[in-house]
Amino acid sequence: MDQFKKIWQTFISKPMAVVGALMLLVVLIMALFAPWLAPYDPQEHIDVSISDILAPPDAEHLLGRDDAGKDVLSSLIFGARVSLIVGFVSSFFSMFIGTTVGLAAGYYGGRVSNVLMRFTDFLMVIPDLPLMLVIISVWGRGLWKIILVISILYWTYTARLVRSQVLSIKERQFVLRARALGASNFRIIIRHILPQVLPLIIAQAVLDISSSIIAESTLSFLGLGDPMLVSWGMMLNFAFERAVSRMAWWFLLPPGFAIVWVSLAIILIGNALEEIVNPRLKTHHLFNPRNMVSLLMGKPPLVEPEPTPEVGT
Amino acid sequence: MSNQAILQIKTLYKHFPVAHTVKDRLARRPHQVVHAVDGVSFDVARGEILALVGESGSGKTTVGMNILGLQVPTRGQILFDGHNIADWAKGRLRPDGSPEDLGKLSRRRQIMALHRRAQMVFQDPYESLNPRQRIFDIVAEPLEIHGLVSNREEKQARVRAALEDSGLVPADHFWNRYPDELSGGQRQRVVIAGALVLEPELLIADEPVSMLDVSIRAEILTLLQNLRLAHGITILYTTHDLATAGYFTDRMAVMYLGRIVEIGPTIEVLKAPCHPYTQALVSVAPVPNPRKRRKRMILQGEVPNPIQVPPGCRFHPRCPLAEERCKQSDPPFVEVTQNHKAACLLL
Repeated sequence: MDQFKKIWQTFISKPMAVVGALMLLVVLIMALFAPWLAPYDPQEHIDVSISDILAPPDAEHLLGRDDAGKDVLSSLIFGARVSLIVGFVSSFFSMFIGTTVGLAAGYYGGRVSNVLMRFTDFLMVIPDLPLMLVIISVWGRGLWKIILVISILYWTYTARLVRSQVLSIKERQFVLRARALGASNFRIIIRHILPQVLPLIIAQAVLDISSSIIAESTLSFLGLGDPMLVSWGMMLNFAFERAVSRMAWWFLLPPGFAIVWVSLAIILIGNALEEIVNPRLKTHHLFNPRNMVSLLMGKPPLVEPEPTPEVGT
Repeated sequence: MSNQAILQIKTLYKHFPVAHTVKDRLARRPHQVVHAVDGVSFDVARGEILALVGESGSGKTTVGMNILGLQVPTRGQILFDGHNIADWAKGRLRPDGSPEDLGKLSRRRQIMALHRRAQMVFQDPYESLNPRQRIFDIVAEPLEIHGLVSNREEKQARVRAALEDSGLVPADHFWNRYPDELSGGQRQRVVIAGALVLEPELLIADEPVSMLDVSIRAEILTLLQNLRLAHGITILYTTHDLATAGYFTDRMAVMYLGRIVEIGPTIEVLKAPCHPYTQALVSVAPVPNPRKRRKRMILQGEVPNPIQVPPGCRFHPRCPLAEERCKQSDPPFVEVTQNHKAACLLL
C-alpha cells in the first residue's frame, strides 16, 4: 500500500506525532509486560497492618501504598491494560458502526439517510454520561459491558464524518464508471468509496481511543467500573474517597497523570494523522494556533502567504 | 435498416425535476423540469460510428447515460439489439423471446448483460479512474464483475490484450502503476482498455478527447477508429467539436437544447449543412488553411434555459433566418437527401 507508506513517512516527519507515538509506546509496553514489570501482583491477597494503609512512598513501594495496603505502582501498571483494551476495542467497534452507518446513509441517501441520520442526531444530543450511567446500572458492571456501552454511544461523529465524505465521493466519475461496468452497489461501496475515506476513518478512530479511555475512567471513577479489575478510574475513585483527606498524593496523582498521559499521546497521534489525511485542516484559520490567538484577542487574523504552486507537472 | 440497427432510440425524453421549495409552493408556481432530452430519435447501425454533436447542455451526455441504464428515461424507448433498456431501467421486464433471451433474465442480470455488451468512455480521464487502484485492477475489474475469467493467467492475458489493443505497450510496463503516474492520454487509453476488456459491441465515447491536449486527440481518435476496424465495435461519439467529429465518424447528429436538429452522413452535413444551427457551427469550425476566408455566422445570445424551452422552433430566438411562423410551430424532420434529415421550417 503506497498510500499508507506515504502517510507513515509524513507522520514520522512531524515531531509532535513522534512524541505522541513514543508516549503511547511506553503505555503499550506497560500493558503488555505488566506481570513482569509490576513489583507486586495487585490481585494477590496480602496481610496488612494499620501502618501499611496509605503508606507514603519508600524503597519497596516506589509510589507508596493504597487504602488497602497494596502497591500503587503495580496497580498503575496493571491499570494500563484496562484502559488500552477499552480504548482500542471500543474505538474499533464504534468505528465499525459509524463507518457502516455513514457509508449507507451517504451512498443510498434519501429515506435511508434520513432515518439513519435522525437516529444519529438523536444519539448525539443525548448527554452521553447520564445515558451510560443508566445503561450500566441496568446491565450491571463488567469490562465488556463498558466497552459495549462506549461503542454504541461514540460512533455518531464517525458516521457524520463518513457520510459527508461519501456524499462528495459518490458523485465522482470513477463511481459512475464502476456503475457503467455493471458493479453492484456493495462492490462500489467497498472497492471504490471505502478506500477513499479509510485514512480519515482511521484518524478519527485514533482520536476516539482517547475519548473511550476517558469515558471508561469516568465510569470507573463514578464507581461503575469492572469490580474484578484495577483501572485508573477506579484508583481515582478510591483515592478521591479515602486518600484526599489524608493528603496521600501518591495515590491520587499517578492514575490521574496516567490518564492524561495516554490521552495526550493518542490525541497527538490522531491530530497528526488527521492533518495528514485531511490537509485542509492545516490551512483553516480556526486550526491555526497563531490565528486563533489573534482571533480571540479581536485582531484580524494573520494571513500567511500561500505557498506558490509548483509550475509545470 | 432496423434489422442491422444495434441501437434504436425512439422519442426519448429525459426531464429532471427542479427542486420545488416551500416558497414555490406558496407562490403556487408549477413544478418545473429541466428538459435535458426532449424527444430524440435515431438509429445506430452495427459497426457504425455516429457523432452526437452539440454544445454543453444540449443533452448529448444524458442520451449516453440513458442508453447505459445509468439514468431512467422519462419517456420513450431505447432498443439495444431489440430489447427495451428503458423498461429494464425502470425494473419492468419485457420477455419478448429474443435470440439470447435477454428479456427473460432478472432485472439485475439484464443490466449486467447490457453492461457486458455496451460500455462507456468518459470525458475526464483525470476523474474516471479510481486513484487508489492500480492500472491492472482497473482493467481487470470488469472481468471480475462479470465473472468472465476463472484463473489468474486468463485474467492477465485478457488485461494484457486490452491494454495493448489500447496502445499501452508493453502492458507490464503500465499495469503496476497508479493512475496519477500516467499522462492524460495514457489514462484515457486505460479507460478505453477497461471498456474493451469486456469485448463490447457498443461503445459510448462521451467527449473522450475534450480534456486532452490537441496533440493527443488524433491518437485517441485513431485508436477508436482502429477498434472499429479490428473488432467491429459500434461507437456513439459525443462531442462539441465538429473538427474531431468530422475526422472519423460515418454519420453525424447535431443536437440543440435536447433535440436533434439535423442528422445525416458526416461529409454531407459538414459540406452542405441544412439547419441554420449546423450552418453556424460549421462556419466557425477552424480550418487548417489560414488564407481561406469564410463568412462566419456568429450566433447571438445564449442557449435558452432548458427549464423554459422557447415555443415553436426552439432555435428561433437565436436563428438569424427566423420568421414569424418559427415562433408558432415546431418544425418536423424534412428529408433533404436520402438519410439526411433536418428539422427546420425553412427547408
